[in-house]
Amino acid sequence: MSTNKPAKSADELLRMYRQMVRIRSFEDNANQLYLSAKMPGLTHMYSGEEAVAVGICEALTPTDKITSTHRGHGHCVAKGAELDTMFCELLGKAEGYCRGKGGSMHIADQSNGNLGANAIVGGSMGIATGSALSSKLRGSDEVTVCFFGDGATAQGLMYEVMNMAALWNLPVIYACENNGYSEYTKTEEIAAGSITARAEAFGIESFQVDGQDVLAVNALSEELVARCRNGEGPFFMELMTYRYHGHHVGDINREYYRAKEEEADWKTNKDPIIRLRGYLIENGIATEEEIDGINDQIKKTAEDAVQYALAAPYPDASEVDMHVFTDIKHAVA
Amino acid sequence: MRKITLSQAVNEAFAEEMRRDERVFIMGEDVAEAGTPFKILSGLVEEFGTNRVIDTPISEPGFMGMGVGAAMTGMRPVVDLMFGDFIFLVMDQLCNQAAKTHYMSGGKLSVPMVLRTNLGATRRSAAQHSQSLHALVAHIPGIKVALPSSAYEAKGLLKTAIRDDNPVVIFEDKLMYQDKAEVPEEEYTIPFGVANVKREGTDITLIGTSSMVQVCERAAEMLAAEGISAEVIDPRTIVPLDEATLIASAKKTSRVIVVDEGHQSFGVTSEIASRINEKAFYHLDAPALRIGAMDVPIPFSPALEDLTVPTADLVADKARKLVRGELINAA
Repeated sequence: MSTNKPAKSADELLRMYRQMVRIRSFEDNANQLYLSAKMPGLTHMYSGEEAVAVGICEALTPTDKITSTHRGHGHCVAKGAELDTMFCELLGKAEGYCRGKGGSMHIADQSNGNLGANAIVGGSMGIATGSALSSKLRGSDEVTVCFFGDGATAQGLMYEVMNMAALWNLPVIYACENNGYSEYTKTEEIAAGSITARAEAFGIESFQVDGQDVLAVNALSEELVARCRNGEGPFFMELMTYRYHGHHVGDINREYYRAKEEEADWKTNKDPIIRLRGYLIENGIATEEEIDGINDQIKKTAEDAVQYALAAPYPDASEVDMHVFTDIKHAVA
Repeated sequence: MRKITLSQAVNEAFAEEMRRDERVFIMGEDVAEAGTPFKILSGLVEEFGTNRVIDTPISEPGFMGMGVGAAMTGMRPVVDLMFGDFIFLVMDQLCNQAAKTHYMSGGKLSVPMVLRTNLGATRRSAAQHSQSLHALVAHIPGIKVALPSSAYEAKGLLKTAIRDDNPVVIFEDKLMYQDKAEVPEEEYTIPFGVANVKREGTDITLIGTSSMVQVCERAAEMLAAEGISAEVIDPRTIVPLDEATLIASAKKTSRVIVVDEGHQSFGVTSEIASRINEKAFYHLDAPALRIGAMDVPIPFSPALEDLTVPTADLVADKARKLVRGELINAA
């Protein structure tokens, strides 16, 4: 694991471990819900990228904001969401975070500062930058983190908003999760030049970090969040990571764009949960048994959450035309 | 009562709302010292400063998206889009983001923002600076659409838009900025979804939007000289639409023409005429007619451009024929 980081307490380290396992357990169950045809639609798994969301979100407070992506369950959990309410949303149930109206690709959790996942690649970059502008105009010290993938660097919106964020010193961190693939295409085939150079062109300080090392991600995030609060934003992070599943849960036969050996290498040798587990044991923070106990407990919590969501009621039909406008109860009266 | 221009009315609406609510700010191209190319916002940056009247780069999707994000997090932005034609540039941020955020979040997030822009041809500005694109926006659930027809409406509707908790797009007719109308000195707002019966009549109803209200009023004058009594109604907002007032008038007069400067096909005139035909069918002596802009890109040459927009002569001509029963089955 990385060195030269601010010392984290045992509680903080264990919390990061738990949060990563919660994400992995959530995704394992979401994948099973899809494979067993119990979940409507489809979804995009965050498995493998846990250290990115957790390393960053552990540096934020509940009032700090994030914007998320179509691969957004990890961000949602890491920002503080409850698994049962999330599963309810994935299953289109009334108790979901969005009353079943958003689903996997639009899950939002206002109470924890999650402004929402977005099904338009790069679609939330304006929202994140506007949130940072809002923070500055309100005189608040809130920081906004904009999560997006390497694929989104091909969207023009990114360059427009990075320009304004740099011009106006906005407290926003652009967090590019580079998992090596833009849907079904290698990133090197869609992105010319370097990713960080894109932000550097606007004078934005940019960093590349091992996205499988939660402690390295968190140490950098703590530093950049503090500097944002101090009026030194914006910043850009490229987090080198990997998605274990396909582009979405139905992308099963993917050898035409990605070798099984490559997947096995990342899962075996670079897994963020295995790496932090090793660190915790080596440093005497937890024993093997204690960590197994944590894993079992979270696994059970996730399974209980699935059962809860499966049994939960769907929204009443009368809700279909509610929430179109804030002040018109039923838009199609 | 005093008369002021539409431009002054908009400026006053901003000044009053920005004094009332410090969350309100303006963002767009050349809105600060330049006061926009139409000089509508002149003086605001001097009173409110560059933190509340923000000049942006020429990045419409970028600053529109930032407006959405600022609105979601406690501010009340007014995004200024220099020409209505540029709305195509911001469609994702407007229609996929702003319009859907409240619904997709199950009511937890809201986007209290205004997109202020314009419409209207005959300024000799050709196909990319002359369009009237409000029907495109009105097609998307979750956005309110206001179409002021005079300085009075421009001020009252903009103030209401700024106070609304939903995304609102307000389209001013760029040819009306110097038109004067009576505007009270004292505070007022105009509620959305309440049509204004501009002139009462008994033989035919002319429904006009934006500057087409004036076209309908001129047509009504011409018709009155011939003994035809025309009612003129301004819906003022098309989302929400005051359907009840329009239907009641249709039932009363039995004939309706809808006039709007958007392209006629698949547009505002089609929608309103359709609703009247569906809901007042047995009261009508003729099908409700549509008069929109000609279905061509707006041409540059004045000789051609003037042919594309509805005129009072055209409206009066159609109205005469409708009253005589000549247009049934031939419209």
